[in-house]
Amino acid sequence: MSENKILLDHGSGGLASQELISSLFLKYLDNPILRSLEDSAIIENQQGRLAFTTDSYVVDPIFFPGGDIGKLAVHGTINDLAMRGARPLCLSLALILEEGMDMADLEKIIISIGEACRASGVPIVAGDTKVVPKGKGDKIFINTSGIGIVSDGIDISSKNARAGDVVILSGTMGDHGITIMTRRAGISMQGRLESDTMPLHTLVQRLLTEIPGGIHTLRDPTRGGVATSLNEIAANSGLAITMDDQALPVRPEVRAACEILGLEPLYLANEGKCLAVVSPELAQRALAIMHSTPEGREAAIIGRLTAGKPGRVVINTPVGGSRVVTPLHGEPLPRIC
Amino acid sequence: MKYLDEFRDSALARPLVAELQKAVTRPLRVMEICGSHTMAIFRNGLRSILPEGYTLISGPGCPVCVTSASHMDAFIAMADRPGVRVAIFGDLFRVPGTDGSLANASSRGAKVDIVYSPMDALDLAVRHPEDLIVFLGVGFETTTPGIAATILAAKNRNVTNFTVFSTQKVMPPPLIALLDDPGLKIDGLLCPGHVSSIIGAGAYQPLVDKYHLACVVAGFETTDLLNSLILLARQVGRGEAKVENTYKRAVNWEGNLRAARMVDEIFEPADMEWRGLGVIPGSGLAIRSGYADFDAVVRLGITLPAAREAKGCRCGEILKGMSIPTECPLFNTRCTPGTPIGPCMVSSEGTCAAYHKYGRD
Repeated sequence: MSENKILLDHGSGGLASQELISSLFLKYLDNPILRSLEDSAIIENQQGRLAFTTDSYVVDPIFFPGGDIGKLAVHGTINDLAMRGARPLCLSLALILEEGMDMADLEKIIISIGEACRASGVPIVAGDTKVVPKGKGDKIFINTSGIGIVSDGIDISSKNARAGDVVILSGTMGDHGITIMTRRAGISMQGRLESDTMPLHTLVQRLLTEIPGGIHTLRDPTRGGVATSLNEIAANSGLAITMDDQALPVRPEVRAACEILGLEPLYLANEGKCLAVVSPELAQRALAIMHSTPEGREAAIIGRLTAGKPGRVVINTPVGGSRVVTPLHGEPLPRIC
Repeated sequence: MKYLDEFRDSALARPLVAELQKAVTRPLRVMEICGSHTMAIFRNGLRSILPEGYTLISGPGCPVCVTSASHMDAFIAMADRPGVRVAIFGDLFRVPGTDGSLANASSRGAKVDIVYSPMDALDLAVRHPEDLIVFLGVGFETTTPGIAATILAAKNRNVTNFTVFSTQKVMPPPLIALLDDPGLKIDGLLCPGHVSSIIGAGAYQPLVDKYHLACVVAGFETTDLLNSLILLARQVGRGEAKVENTYKRAVNWEGNLRAARMVDEIFEPADMEWRGLGVIPGSGLAIRSGYADFDAVVRLGITLPAAREAKGCRCGEILKGMSIPTECPLFNTRCTPGTPIGPCMVSSEGTCAAYHKYGRD
């Protein structure tokens, strides 16, 4: 038996599966609930409402500057919980592996998941592994689901945005999306392009506790980017959003790569950023809180909700003109010239 | 960022906006030829601050948009052939032919790879010796030298499974075809930046001489565009017609002679079919017989199928500047970026895509 490749046997539920569980999953993801190896995890009675979410991760390449598919799977689901104001409790982890995947790659991913769980304080409490025949998958697909607790009095929703509210973006745009696209294209750039994947629940909890009632809406602008998330907020709240072109934080190397590929940072995926819609009188306070955290040190006020045409997002350009910002249609494709 | 921030500086741009208002002394119609200009004008919000009487018409300068339906059908049929791997720039992926797109072909198993440069397609050929790689050459002078260089590299490296299907187009001929149409009334041309870096600003002098048009070569940043729109308005106001160049950091009068020589080594002028404009003599480039081994048309014996263009689609008139997207019955109803019917909607450079993305009220 070749020990360094994933075999169909590893998903069979038999001896090879057991080996995988003890030599990888329990070794790197260990906690009392997971260790019990029961058919489901029991989470003791919690106070508050439950938030529940799920997401699947199929990113190619599976390793990229700033992270890997495993970290992404932990952070992404934590962030989805955090965007409703929930305190993440635990995650499940389901892997679909392609026969022939390098065992060393899987180990690296599981180590990375373990690190992400420890750093964020959110354990994996349930899991599953399946193996599909070579050619029927692409190395590894991951699904994580997550449960969180929403404390009494917390109500974060895009429906809660009000006219006059301020939109804060917690950091620079497009870092994750452009890193993946340039990796796929084999383009190397001067300067460092790196995914921004990180968990935001600590930042969110600080905002919710230090300015109670001040945060109305939170969104993580993943696929579709800031442009698409703002369109969703505008549509759900029945308000318009006006942005200032020059307020949008973009790293110079990201901007350079976008110029080369003909892409707009507004439409690129982020994996460690949130948009916060905040009461105007508390906006500076929220910004200061963000600036005091590692996740939000480059946060900026990028726009404002207005009572304009419902669902419309407009950006003011440096020449005093304006343009409408629509949601993303399809995958962003690089242009010819 | 150097060469970008200076040209986007609002402190420099705002006075130009005031200047533009003053420069317009009579109504004028200017065609921006290049799709990248169309997008840049929208992105900067320049349409929202154009002075009264200043009309911008979008011309035929988006390479994807002017690719004929019969060429798209040929591309798709070729991608469906076993043993063929098609390499394309991303814009082409969703362009509809008579029946479906390369995206549809890909979903039924055709090998379609999106590349960022023709050199990437050559690498694909090396990595996939079992396949015949066909790079779909869809573009103007901007992309032709890179394709010529890739064919030369393939020859030098003795890569025998790399070919190009050339529908490469050249810039002045379609403008002449348009200007000879009495239905088109324009006073000036905002001339393309990238194309002009190859063909030179001097390429527009014949248009000035024959049609008495104001011509200004422009870059793509805020101040480039404002400055060029001002110069066009001034020329028209004074009744002048000359070539001016505001993109001197990239464009000279003669063009890139080295690139031109390389293109001439590989390609020869050919008649070419344009979407909406029909066949224009000498408006395309075919691979010379000396390089037939790299010519997909020869290697695969391709003949162009007859194609019908989508019913109701006004891309043809829009490309001629005789209609605007909002006048098309399909615009934003059946034809959207998610479900494009005409090529002007699918390309990010397309006039309809620009109107959809930035132009709504």
